[in-house]
Amino acid sequence: MKKDLISITDYSKDEYLKIMKLAAEFEENPNQELLKGKVVASLFFEPSTRTRLSFETAISRLGGRIVGFADPGSSSATKGETLHDTIKMVSNYADLIVMRHPLEGAARYAAEISPVPVINAGDGANQHPTQTLLDMYSILKTQGTLDNMNIFMVGDLKFGRTVHSLLMAMSEFGNPIFNFIAPEELQMPKVYKLFLKEKGIRFFEHTEFTNIISEADIIYMTRVQKERFSDPIEYEKVKNIYILNNAMLKNTKPNVKILHPLPRVNEIHTDVDSNEKAYYFTQALNGVFTREAIIAHTMNLK
Amino acid sequence: MSNDMKKKLKLKVSAIKDGTVIDHIPAKNLFTVITILGLDKIENQITFGTNLDSGKLGTKAIIKVSDKFFENDEINKIALIAPHAKLNIIRDYEVVEKKIVKIPEVIKGIVKCFNPKCITNHEKISTCFSVISKESLELKCKYCEKITSQDQIKMY
Ligand SMILES: [Zn+2]
Repeated sequence: MKKDLISITDYSKDEYLKIMKLAAEFEENPNQELLKGKVVASLFFEPSTRTRLSFETAISRLGGRIVGFADPGSSSATKGETLHDTIKMVSNYADLIVMRHPLEGAARYAAEISPVPVINAGDGANQHPTQTLLDMYSILKTQGTLDNMNIFMVGDLKFGRTVHSLLMAMSEFGNPIFNFIAPEELQMPKVYKLFLKEKGIRFFEHTEFTNIISEADIIYMTRVQKERFSDPIEYEKVKNIYILNNAMLKNTKPNVKILHPLPRVNEIHTDVDSNEKAYYFTQALNGVFTREAIIAHTMNLK
Repeated sequence: MSNDMKKKLKLKVSAIKDGTVIDHIPAKNLFTVITILGLDKIENQITFGTNLDSGKLGTKAIIKVSDKFFENDEINKIALIAPHAKLNIIRDYEVVEKKIVKIPEVIKGIVKCFNPKCITNHEKISTCFSVISKESLELKCKYCEKITSQDQIKMY
């Protein structure tokens, strides 16, 4: 059976751990010709330069060749070709498909059509599993463990797919605690809170960003976007209270790390950047090693 | 139901020798049930009555299909729109078995995903949902993973 990666829950706990181990190996030795002679299709039906460059760097470091397109304007999709037909055609050419698509469920559908494995590089607001795995790798690298983590998630918890997937994945590990900090309109959806309750995992909800973060091992920041608010006045009220600045980190734990899926707008003040607790740029670099690991696993190369 | 009403019902919808009687269909969903079960495409004799009085449903519909015996999977497809439906299996004018419909674990191709950004609403894809709650009826889309709840359910 081919090993697609469409949703974070497609992997078992053992597979998470295998990816972490492989990522560490690739970090030691990033250039390994495992994809020599192989062609990877990189299909970005929606532009995302960061994710695409991270994947294409990973593929290049593995010695693979890349075909595809970087924005939908240059693809036949704009000429009315269905996703079905694009995937049928491309899967004849390539050994692996990495795809990003603005519609939710597009990656799952592509995986059904394609005889070669598909890695989801983001499907609308649904899933972005490789981001979650690099987040986990960042946690493991900085904390030495994935167990007993007190994770604070801050900002847009309603639409932020990265926090949803991270919550699902981290719930597989021992004794996590979640703290959700979000404005009323952007709170963690009920379905995830029910999921935690059923698993007996502790979580707490807050609307204000205060000194409670002194408990945190991980502070996961996300963007609060103005267009998410039905009432612009509500946005004005909250826009400044969810900004993390250096002074707020004064009484936090020494091991705490600040993560962010990037790009940030203004939710992390630039005065945090020089603090050793800021980790978001290294987190992005971890993405390359993690994606090398995911590709190697998907293609049965390791 | 009074005996009087039962008699009236019998008069309205004629008896069949062999086949299946599907009773307690909400009147407004009669034609959807016919479509879902593919009764508009088979050659068996079919009689139906609708807007019949029902204590439970207000008005109900009833379908009688001659020489047709449904598989459970087949009949359970109507559970979403006719949750109280009862089946009488008739052989030689006698009811030999009664069945009730059960909501299946997986629902394929009947319900639209409520999520406008779901791929199934943009390409020709047969939808597929896993039923995550039978009581409050919550359907999780296999593709976009969003949950369509009872008040959002729309049929094709
Ligand atoms: Zn859907």
